[in-house]
Amino acid sequence: MRVLAAMSGGVDSAVAAARAVDAGHEVVGVHLALSRAGGTLRAGSRGCCTIEDAMDARRAADRLGIPFYVWDFSERFRDDVIEDFVAEYSAGRTPNPCMRCNERIKFAAVLEKAIDLGFDAVCTGHYAILREGDSGSLELHRASDAAKDQSYVLGVLTTDQLAHTLFPLGETPSKALVRAEAEARGLTVAHKPDSHDICFIPDGDTRGWLAERVGTAQGDIVDRSGTVVGSHEGAHAFTVGQRRGLALGVPAADGKPRFVLEVRPVSNTVVVGPKDALAIAEIAGERFTWAGAAPTSDDFACHVQIRAHADPVPARAVLAGGLVTVTPETPLDGVAPGQTAVLYDGTRVLGQFTIDRTVSAVPVDA
Amino acid sequence: MVVYLDHAATTPLRPEAREAWLAAAEGVGNASSIHGAGQSARRVLEDARERLAAALDCDPVEVVFTSGGTESVNLGITGLYRARRETTGQTAIVAPVAEHHATLDTLGWLSAHEVADLEWVPVDRDAVVDLRAWEGAVGGGDAAVATLLAANNEVGTLQPVVAASALCVEAGVPLHVDAVGAFGHIPLSFRALRTASGSRSAGLVAMSIAAHKLGGPIGVGALVVAREARVEPLLHGGGQQRGLRAGTQDAAGAAAFAVAAELAVAELESESARIADLRDRLEAGLRARIPQMRVSGAAAERLAGHFHAIFPGAQGDSMLLLLDAAGIAVSTGSACQAGVPEPSHVVRAMGLGDDAARSALRLTLGRTTTDADVDAVIAALPGAYERAHTAGLSSRRVGAPRLGGGAGS
Repeated sequence: MRVLAAMSGGVDSAVAAARAVDAGHEVVGVHLALSRAGGTLRAGSRGCCTIEDAMDARRAADRLGIPFYVWDFSERFRDDVIEDFVAEYSAGRTPNPCMRCNERIKFAAVLEKAIDLGFDAVCTGHYAILREGDSGSLELHRASDAAKDQSYVLGVLTTDQLAHTLFPLGETPSKALVRAEAEARGLTVAHKPDSHDICFIPDGDTRGWLAERVGTAQGDIVDRSGTVVGSHEGAHAFTVGQRRGLALGVPAADGKPRFVLEVRPVSNTVVVGPKDALAIAEIAGERFTWAGAAPTSDDFACHVQIRAHADPVPARAVLAGGLVTVTPETPLDGVAPGQTAVLYDGTRVLGQFTIDRTVSAVPVDA
Repeated sequence: MVVYLDHAATTPLRPEAREAWLAAAEGVGNASSIHGAGQSARRVLEDARERLAAALDCDPVEVVFTSGGTESVNLGITGLYRARRETTGQTAIVAPVAEHHATLDTLGWLSAHEVADLEWVPVDRDAVVDLRAWEGAVGGGDAAVATLLAANNEVGTLQPVVAASALCVEAGVPLHVDAVGAFGHIPLSFRALRTASGSRSAGLVAMSIAAHKLGGPIGVGALVVAREARVEPLLHGGGQQRGLRAGTQDAAGAAAFAVAAELAVAELESESARIADLRDRLEAGLRARIPQMRVSGAAAERLAGHFHAIFPGAQGDSMLLLLDAAGIAVSTGSACQAGVPEPSHVVRAMGLGDDAARSALRLTLGRTTTDADVDAVIAALPGAYERAHTAGLSSRRVGAPRLGGGAGS
């Protein structure tokens, strides 16, 4: 196959590309420039898309003896990921920009361009497993290394996308083995720190970054009965489940700490309450996709996961009227609209949806 | 075997230049040392300076060796600007918008740090400077220095150096000419250009050249500085080369540059005719197969080896990748930031728009280009264009991902 290896400059994508070469594919390395204003050198483990990252990717490609190019997707990334991130936060939702990037950039714009230019597949360093299921259709599964599993952020991929994708690292038992392999292969990125946080917010200060773009506007912090208990400088700075940074002058009647339960962007209001009020009994959304074959039943048992590193919770999913509604066996904590719920059957990713609506497990009057 | 069609980026080292380079590098001696070994190195260096001066038709003392074209351009523009500002207080710099990045970035720096007022002069659809606007800009009364490419490095169109220089003479403004891509490819006589201008201290007074554009090694260049020109140095140290460029002199590089320049000038007439024929055949072959293709600068006089065109709806770097896979080395013509081709500022300046600026491809032929190379491109490029056209412009907005299933599927 002609394979386009997306190379970030990190160890995972370098080893993934190396394995694609070993598998006999004709591999071309491509580094995606997602920012035109990236720094020259990386600082610690944060940020990406610096010139140094591009150079690390290039040196890995040199080591593998494959051609290497840089593709400029900065405009698409700005429009589809960064502006979407700002818009979602402004709407009181909590988006996952990595999923959006996978959905719109890496496995869409880049993959489409690759196919058009004559490639058969895109290869990345994600930790997830692609394999043929019993029925012969392609299935996406959790990685062997549970600690590195990235199937959640890939949940948005559809059958067509999966059919043109390679994840060579999925069955590696641990990341340490990937680093050791990189070292053995003479890849200089073998000990490069993992990247964390959101790549376009290099200092990790999401609130400060958002405040610069959305601006500040004083608003009320209220409790579930509507009583004003404090004020804030902009609802976008708050996310459901958050406890720190509320600076409430009036203590709760029961003296217990309070958490953000809801963000209302239109009225610029933040609703707070006790921790147990965070419990969510039901989630629903209308923007859903299936990773592989769609479920054969419109009412089925599954596990639901609502964050990249949350535990999966047993649940029942019902499809009706263009809506998927999921009822977990035990309430979910800290669910915010805008987050993605990924549904699993065992290790297999069934699909995902963006959470539009949540139902509290604790009535207001309780 | 790679079909190498990026001679404007760098052209293969001439065997004779390689010989001269290695022979000189074998010797020991710093050209500034007084002993016999130093004198040997000095002899090699000054022989090279004389031979290069002969190829340029200037005085040997006017040749200041540098590390390459970019350094020469920096020294020429910044050196002239500082000297003029110091003596006359003038702070404007006149330049066309389609100059090379060595010039653009130097001007940007001088504007940000040394109060330079930049007077940009437009270019026409062939990337040729607008002389009426040039006249207005250099005659504005505040021009400290003007700078101009001899030939546009992307499109290859020749610039009206003689006329632009004459206008500078009328205005009393010194002119730097960036001849990095032109020297060795078009007849250039520093003396004749100066005489045509009719002045000693205004008009053309400095000219940048580089060895690797005509078959010499990378890392060697020169700034030709007229005796009468006042140029402030950028590097300070041992006072070498009229105090204009301190630093131990690279005798071996200079020797290789001189040999390459002599050969390039000697065979200029026959080679440019041969290369222009190949270029014209390439252009005709592609025109016949790709009617949408728009050749840049076709109506103007161009460097013999330059072929630059817009391929509507395709991204230049997609075509580059496909041709590279087919063993054909080409360029998008524009500058790169970490390997990402910028949308070409030259194509934008030509008024062709942002999409065209992403859809340009530059093929530059040279000394080693053969008929077979041209045939290979005519065979491969139409298919590459078709594929790249399917992939389209990555700037385009697509709705739902084409491979995605979309909501509810």
